[in-house]
Amino acid sequence: MDTFLQNCLNGLSIGSIYALIAIGYTMVYGILRLINFAHGDIFMMAGYFMIICMTDLLIPWYISIIIVIIATIILGVVIEKVAYKPLRDAPRMSIMISAIGVSYLLENLATYIFSAQPKSYPYDKMGFLSSKVTLGNISTTLVTFITPVLTILLVIALVILIRKTKIGMAMRAVSRDFETSQLMGVRINAVISFTFVIGSGLAALGSVLYFIPRASVYPLAGSLPGLKCFVAAVFGGIGSIPGALVGGFLIGLSETFVKGSATLSQYSDVITFVLLIIVLLVKPTGLFGEKIKEKV
Amino acid sequence: MTKTAKRNCSIIGLAAIAAIIVCVGQFAPKSGSQWANLRTVLQLGTIYALVAVSMNLCNGFTGLFSLGQAGFMTLGAYTYAILTIPVASRAGVYYLYGVAGWLSNIVLPIPVALLAAGLMAALLAALIGAPVLKLKSDYLAIATLGFAEVVRIVIASSPLNRITNGSLGLTKIPGFSSYYGIFIVAVICIAVVVLLINSSYGRAFKAIRDDEVAAEAMGINLAHHKQMSFIISSFFAGIGGALMAMYMGAVSSTTFTIAVTYFILLIVVIGGMGSVTGSIISSLLVIAAREWWLRPLDQTQYIGTHQVPLLKAGFRMVVFSVILMIVVLFFRKGIMGDKEFNWDDVAKFFRAIGRFFKRLFTGQLFKKKSKTPEAGGDAK
Repeated sequence: MDTFLQNCLNGLSIGSIYALIAIGYTMVYGILRLINFAHGDIFMMAGYFMIICMTDLLIPWYISIIIVIIATIILGVVIEKVAYKPLRDAPRMSIMISAIGVSYLLENLATYIFSAQPKSYPYDKMGFLSSKVTLGNISTTLVTFITPVLTILLVIALVILIRKTKIGMAMRAVSRDFETSQLMGVRINAVISFTFVIGSGLAALGSVLYFIPRASVYPLAGSLPGLKCFVAAVFGGIGSIPGALVGGFLIGLSETFVKGSATLSQYSDVITFVLLIIVLLVKPTGLFGEKIKEKV
Repeated sequence: MTKTAKRNCSIIGLAAIAAIIVCVGQFAPKSGSQWANLRTVLQLGTIYALVAVSMNLCNGFTGLFSLGQAGFMTLGAYTYAILTIPVASRAGVYYLYGVAGWLSNIVLPIPVALLAAGLMAALLAALIGAPVLKLKSDYLAIATLGFAEVVRIVIASSPLNRITNGSLGLTKIPGFSSYYGIFIVAVICIAVVVLLINSSYGRAFKAIRDDEVAAEAMGINLAHHKQMSFIISSFFAGIGGALMAMYMGAVSSTTFTIAVTYFILLIVVIGGMGSVTGSIISSLLVIAAREWWLRPLDQTQYIGTHQVPLLKAGFRMVVFSVILMIVVLFFRKGIMGDKEFNWDDVAKFFRAIGRFFKRLFTGQLFKKKSKTPEAGGDAK
C-alpha cells in the first residue's frame, strides 16, 4: 500500500512536470502546426542556466529561478525569430527540419560549453523546496508535493488567459485559421512570440521542478523527456491545454508504475510509445482534440 | 551538350571516382597523415551515403517523414554482429552473461549476414508499418522516432542478455578483409535503389509524395506503396547499420541514438530531398567536414604565444551545426534540390562562373544586377 501511494505521488509529480512541458508543445503545434523538436533542449538549457546562476554566480535560489525563467524565455523567443520565422511560408517539412537542426545545435552547444559529463544540479541549496517531508511511511522532498499543485494552478490560470483575455482570443483565432486572422488584424508575430514566451517559461519552471529530485544535468537530458512530453500532448489531444495536463498525468503515472514493478522496470520508457501508438490508432485526435478535416 | 558527350563525361567521371578510391586504398597510409583522414572519409562517407539514400527513398521520394532510421540501423548492426563474431572470440565477447546455446556455433559468411541484417530490419518495418503508416506527417515522425527508441531499449534489456550482450554491446565484429568491400556493397545497394526509383514503383512513390489524393485517384494503392517504400528503405538502413558495425568493429545500444537519425536527416536535407546524387555528394562533404576539415577546431592552438580563443573540444560540432542551420534556413533546397546530377547543370554552372569573372575583370561587376546562380542551387 505504501509503495502504491509512493508511486502515485511520484507519478503525479513527474506527470505534472511533463504536463508543463507538454503545454509548450501543444500551444506551438496549435498555432504553427510545428513539432518544436528544440523544446526538450530548451528545457535542458534551463537546467544549465540554473547551475550557472547558483553554482557559478552564487545567486540565492529564489532570485535564480526568476533569472532562469527570463533567460529561457529569451532563448525560446530568439529561436523562434531566427529559425522558425523565416520559414513561415515554407512547406511544413522545412520548418520541422529547422526545429531538428536547432535541437542538434543546442545539444552540441551544451556539450561544448558544459562538457558531456553530467553537471551536478544545486538541489541541496534550494531552501525549503528540497527539504524532506514525511507522511506516514512515505518520505519525499517537498517539491514532489508542490509540483502537482503548482501545475494545476498554472493550467487554470492559462485556461482563463486563453478564454477571457484579448491575447487569448487572438491565440485561439490564429490556431483556428492563420491567414484569416491575419486579415482580421491580429498581429500574428506578436501572438506567436507570446506563445513561445509561455511555452519557454513553463519549460523553465518544469526544468527547475524536474532537476531538483534528479540532481544532475547533461547535454542529452532534454531529448527523451521532450519526446515523452510530446507524446503526452498528443495523448491529450494536440492544441488542448487541459488535454496536455491529463496526458502528462497519464504518462507520468503509467511510467512510474511500470518502473516500480519488478519484471518490467527496464521497459519504463517503452510504455510511453506503446501508449502513443494505441491512442493514435484508436482516437488519432487524442482525448480532447478537435477533429481536423482533410482538405484536398 | 550532346548525348554522347554527356555519356563520355559520365564514364570519365565515374572512372575518376573509382581511380581516387583505388589510389587511396592502395597508397594512403593507414594512420598519421592527412591522407589517412581521406581513407576514413571515403569509407564512412560511403556508408552514410547508403543510409542517407535509404532515408531519402522514404522521406524525399515517398514523402513519408520517417525518423526511425537509427532503430533499423541498430537492428541491422546487431543482427550482423551476432551472426558473424568468430566462435573463438565469442567467449571473450560474452564474458559476463555467456552466449545462448543455440547461437554459439552459428557463424555465417559476411554477405549472407549482411543480407540477414537487411531482412531483419525489413521484417520489423513490415510489422510496425501497417499501423504506423496510417499516421500523417508529424505523427508519423514521432511514432517512428519512438519505435527507434523502443528498439534500443529492448536490445539492451536483460532478457536478451545472452543474445545481444545487454548494455555491454558487442565487440570483435569482423569486416571485409579488403578495403574495397564496403564500397562494393554500398554501390550495389544504391544502384538497386536507383533502379527502383526509375521504375514504375518509383514514379508511384513520387506521385504519392506530390499529392496523395491525386495519386489515389490515379489508381495507386497508397497503403501498399507506402508500406513497400518503408520496408525497402529499412532494409537498406539495416545493411547500412551492419556496414557501420563492420567499420567500427563494435556496436552497443547507444551507438545509434536519436542524434544519429537527426544527423542523417540533415545530410539528406543538405543534399536535397528527393535526389540520390545529392545525398551521396552531401554525405561525402558532410563527413569530410566533420571528420577532417573541421578537426583543427577541436584542438587548442597558438598564434605565437597567444592562445586562439574558443578552440577546445566540442567547438567543431558547434561550428558544424551552425553550418547545417545556415543551409537549412537559407538554401532550403540543398545542393541538388529534387534534381539528379546532370552535366547540363554543371556546364551552366561553369559558364555562369566564367561570366562572373569576365565581368569582374572588365570592371562591370556592379553595373547591372548580378544574375549568377547560387552554388547551393537555390535559384529556380
